[in-house]
Amino acid sequence: MKYLSEYRDPDLAKRYLKEIQNATSQAWSIMEVCGGQTHSLVKNGIIEMLPEHINMIHGPGCPVCVTPLRLIDKAVYLASNKNVILCSFGDMLRVPGSSKSLLEAKAGGADVRVLYSPLEAVKIAEDHPDKDVVFFAIGFETTAPANALSVVHAYRKQLKNFSILASHVLVPPAIEAVINDKESTIDGFLAAGHVCTIMGNAEYHPLSAKYKVPIVVTGFEPLDVLQGILMVVRQLEKNKHTVENQYSRIVKEKGNPDAKAMIFEVFEPQDQVWRGIGKIPQSGYAIKEKYAEYDALRKFNVDIPEAEENSNCISGQIMKGIKKPFECSQFGKTCKPTNPLGAPMVSSEGACAAYYHFSGRVEE
Amino acid sequence: MCLAIPGKIDSIDFLHNNTVRMAKVSFGGIFKEASLEMLPEASIGDYVLVHVGVAISKVDEEEAQKTFKYLEEIGELGELDDVQDYLPKMPS
Ligand code: SF4
Repeated sequence: MKYLSEYRDPDLAKRYLKEIQNATSQAWSIMEVCGGQTHSLVKNGIIEMLPEHINMIHGPGCPVCVTPLRLIDKAVYLASNKNVILCSFGDMLRVPGSSKSLLEAKAGGADVRVLYSPLEAVKIAEDHPDKDVVFFAIGFETTAPANALSVVHAYRKQLKNFSILASHVLVPPAIEAVINDKESTIDGFLAAGHVCTIMGNAEYHPLSAKYKVPIVVTGFEPLDVLQGILMVVRQLEKNKHTVENQYSRIVKEKGNPDAKAMIFEVFEPQDQVWRGIGKIPQSGYAIKEKYAEYDALRKFNVDIPEAEENSNCISGQIMKGIKKPFECSQFGKTCKPTNPLGAPMVSSEGACAAYYHFSGRVEE
Repeated sequence: MCLAIPGKIDSIDFLHNNTVRMAKVSFGGIFKEASLEMLPEASIGDYVLVHVGVAISKVDEEEAQKTFKYLEEIGELGELDDVQDYLPKMPS
């Protein structure tokens, strides 16, 4: 497939690994922010092939993992309403809520559906005028335009039976929170290529300058992440800190203006709680007043109390890069993809699931 | 979640009085629908990146070469003798 398999070429990967080795004179810690990159690094065995003193730290970039427990409880509550069809992306269904997951709600008779695109939810609403369709709309900046578009479609069609339960998280404030964490020891960042596809690189220049960290906007294929790591290392070795774009075949400096306009038509920034991490200022999106009737939280007035997190799950430390999944006492024992205690064991982009499946540390 | 993959636009449909452009995109022979609402300039034959049913970027052919040329540009040595055999772990 064009623009895909070329970036998995094993010979060039070897040359990149060799060059990373040559370029590295001391220990560096590099965080890949995005769970998609974590998945690529672990699945392709890149972590083990890197020089020993390059420590890859896995960041909080998994929207499924950081969606607050309380919101999952709210989704489960909404799904229990006989008149509601609750739709979401696949991974969301298995994330444990405080009493059950959406999948368990579905097994109990709720109408819960897995969709590929939020636009399909609008279609379901059109086809079922007697039902209320709620789309559990989570995601980073990458997914926000599509979620916003579903609201705009529903608005244009004047649908009264469609709304979204929105939980959006934004990367730059999270990078800043991670840098400011006292326990953090990160020297450089691979920024998330698909987030920058939408937003562009503008937000990263001040971050790189303020904290004197290299930030390389990076893609997801093996050669992309290897090139991104090499670019970070070369900056670090030269004591430089700037924003570079490894993923220029996709990411433009200004991002996608039409997609940004779509986001800000529907959403505005707000403080956001990240599961396992806590509240990060201005790191999420609220639905604007104009589209209030498409906001499931306002439409249904769901009052669910805050629930206790499973105290054995250290997902917060995992997502801030302080601990690795295999350092969790539950990893592979009580916590497995078939019985996840925390969200990072559910999502294909969660660090715990990636290590469970691909690191060779657990017998499956 | 942020998974987005490149595919080639095979055809474009205009729906709802030409207000909505939907593309049929081929991913190595598997076809899926994608909204072109955020990529108004895309046309048939273009490679586009599709995420959850929405095309979000056009692939830039010239820039796409850079990953293959980068090592030459920075003066990579080209010596591979002492590299272990990484081959089995990389997917082809
Ligand atoms: S292994 Fe399971 S319990 Fe431990 S941090 Fe990961 S998700 Fe939480």
